[in-house]
Amino acid sequence: MNGLVHGAVYGGVIASVLLTTIAFGIWFERKFAGRMQSRLGPTIVGPFGLLQSVADVVKLLQKEDIVPRDADRPLFDLAPVLAALFSLGVAAVVPFSPTIIASDLDVGVLYILAVGGLMVIPTFMAGWASNNKFALIGGMRAIAQSVSYGVPLVLAVLVPVILSGTLSVSGIVTYQANHHWFLTWPVFIGVPAFAIYYMAMLAESNRIPFDIPEAESELVAGVTTEYTGAKFTLFYMAEYVHTLVGSAVGAALFLGGWDGPFAPGLHWMVLKTLVLFTVVYWVRWSLLRLRSDQLMVLCWKWLTPIGVLLVLGAAAWVQFVPGGFQ
Amino acid sequence: MEMSEAHAVLASARRARVDPHLSIKTYDPEADMMLLHFGPQHPSTHGVFRMDLHLDGEIVVKATPYVGYLHRAVEKLCEKLSYVMLTPIVDKNDYVAPMTNEQALNMAFEKLLGVEVPRRARWLRTILAELQRVASHLLWLGTFTLDLGGALGGGSTLFLHCFRERELILDLFEDLTGARFHYNTHTIGGNRHDLPAGFAAKVKQVVAVIEARLPEYAALSLDNGIFKARTTGVGVLDGDLALELGITGPVLRASGVDHDLRRDAPYHAYDELPVNVVVGHGGDCRARAEVRFAEMRESLRLVRDAIDGVPEGPINGYKPIRQPTMAKSTGGQVYVGIETPRGELGTFVIGGGDTPTSPYRLKIRPPSLHSLSALPYILPGQTVSDAVAILGSLDPIMGEVDR
Amino acid sequence: MIASYIPMFLIIAVGILLATVFFLGSTFLGPKQAKGAEHNTPYESGSESSGGRHVRLSVKFYLTAILFVVFDIEAVFLYPWGIKFRSFGWLGLVEMLGFLGVLVIGLVYCWKKGALEWET
Repeated sequence: MNGLVHGAVYGGVIASVLLTTIAFGIWFERKFAGRMQSRLGPTIVGPFGLLQSVADVVKLLQKEDIVPRDADRPLFDLAPVLAALFSLGVAAVVPFSPTIIASDLDVGVLYILAVGGLMVIPTFMAGWASNNKFALIGGMRAIAQSVSYGVPLVLAVLVPVILSGTLSVSGIVTYQANHHWFLTWPVFIGVPAFAIYYMAMLAESNRIPFDIPEAESELVAGVTTEYTGAKFTLFYMAEYVHTLVGSAVGAALFLGGWDGPFAPGLHWMVLKTLVLFTVVYWVRWSLLRLRSDQLMVLCWKWLTPIGVLLVLGAAAWVQFVPGGFQ
Repeated sequence: MEMSEAHAVLASARRARVDPHLSIKTYDPEADMMLLHFGPQHPSTHGVFRMDLHLDGEIVVKATPYVGYLHRAVEKLCEKLSYVMLTPIVDKNDYVAPMTNEQALNMAFEKLLGVEVPRRARWLRTILAELQRVASHLLWLGTFTLDLGGALGGGSTLFLHCFRERELILDLFEDLTGARFHYNTHTIGGNRHDLPAGFAAKVKQVVAVIEARLPEYAALSLDNGIFKARTTGVGVLDGDLALELGITGPVLRASGVDHDLRRDAPYHAYDELPVNVVVGHGGDCRARAEVRFAEMRESLRLVRDAIDGVPEGPINGYKPIRQPTMAKSTGGQVYVGIETPRGELGTFVIGGGDTPTSPYRLKIRPPSLHSLSALPYILPGQTVSDAVAILGSLDPIMGEVDR
Repeated sequence: MIASYIPMFLIIAVGILLATVFFLGSTFLGPKQAKGAEHNTPYESGSESSGGRHVRLSVKFYLTAILFVVFDIEAVFLYPWGIKFRSFGWLGLVEMLGFLGVLVIGLVYCWKKGALEWET
């Protein structure tokens, strides 16, 4: 019973903290992008423009709620809510420290893949329900992309599972804490697996260079073309939450999670997550966008075969080098 | 997968140089195709251009461009105003390279009225035209990567950096003319503003800065793997078709046709300052990008060479114009074409008529309009994403297309 | 067992609370909908939309879906093996090699057949 209360409290706390982090994450991204582009970024609202996201949300809520004619109303309204729920849902099994974890599921990795994979559903719902051609094309692109990149994602995540022999996320982190981070050892398996995970995560959360579902120079705003006000805000936040949680999962599976010297575990986990989160935006504001067919070629002809090889390599490593982690 | 029937029809139409609009009727557009109106209110149609795309999945099967959303009746206006009042009107045509608009118009008037331009003014015009070319190509580079990468991505980073460099050139123009954009600095017979003190040093400094930063931009665009993947082999326009459509400028040269009015029919001071014409090969978006990059380097070199050798003398050989009625034409017709950043900007003037102080008829030949006419031929078979890239690579300016 | 999923419901509750706050906020803060025939037309670059919007879609998308079913589901089958094969020893590794071999043959087959080519 005690564990239940513990988990429930952490569930609520983690979700709320994530949402707050997102507000400052967006501010940070805008400052970061501003510096990259020889400009200042937000400066007006609050000290250093810190409250910019709050102002943005209030502004967005003041916008008119437009529903296009002939839209599929229930789907149209439900899609942003589901997007917010699914993106937050993954956070439940991410361990932020040995004790700060909402639910230490023994099948945590499968839970991450399942709930993370659900994100494509609200995206396509929005594309279909909007009764808009740009949104429909965006929705189809989103399905093709998320579904394809699910394969290398599953294969890349299988590598730490094989190396540690557990499906529990905190189990994987504990294993890394007792041995080595998977990114550093075995390095020839860990680094490519992490790279594939990271690229697949960028694709799943629709970030440049894989942001073809919303490709604003081609599809105006893709699936969110017809969304305004509160519903757009939810989509926007869901995207950032998805990226942040994806970074946290990457930190836990490959970078040793809370493990690190000198400082408490929570600090290390937050630091690693934020580094991965920042790199997403570093990439975003540096690169151009791939085309959908190039995306598919990258996924099926490069990432998937390499993923299969990595799985084999990881299995062989465990089989042949039983003491390789000491 | 084999080529669908639609693509085969289009490919044969392109080979046979048939208007694709006619041959498209062999299959039913209602069937499985989506008709997507692309523009006029679209983030990447460079203003108010519109094309209707028939899509099979994401592949463009047929593309119909529509122009005219920005029509301002400039040519009609030119019949009503006097010769000397027209310069600021045509400034707004090609709003990315206003200098060259003014030059084309005034050169046509000079030819019509038989006015000699002094050597200093011709050198000055050369320098301004080349600086304008660099500014225009910089803006093109920014918007092109914006089309490829989106306003919320790497494209905007390069875009803002290109704008920063373009500002330097606009600052120079402001020093010279007092205006940052619509300069009104050319008049019949020469220029209105002479070089201010210290201008040459400033120009050399700006040229050095931009030359130093171009490799950085090449690294972000030409040498970037994603840029290569997005542009190589995309929107291939062969030289014959380009010539047939009347396409000029970097788009034509990227298709391997060695044609540049600055060398082939020298005007200004280009006979004294020879241009190394950049010819690309391949005719795809990448070739167009490479040609514009090389042209920027070449223009910067030309400016650096020219700025020290500007001859002394008057900047306007015509009688000082105090009244709009002083420039009069009794008749005759002339055509003058100059090489703007986008290609051959032609001005055709018929003088005389009821009011000798204003043209009887003035026709502007905008290079962008001809570039856009390639779209129905090169878009089919490409994806929607490519359509945006191809449109960006043609560098259309709707102000001059619609006039 | 079910108890370990309680936090998920709490996170979902936070999400729903957020959505409710946003929707209510939008209702109270936002302007009332303007009346007008054109106001709610679907956006299509300022032009009147023509033709069907829910057209039949390219078969490539279904192909991608099938590929996903084939490869993703099979990859998920690897997970139970992945955590248990230490106890299976050599036999487990060899058996899984056979399974992966079938997967790779399938991928190579799709590749050769051109199913991985997005462009027609």
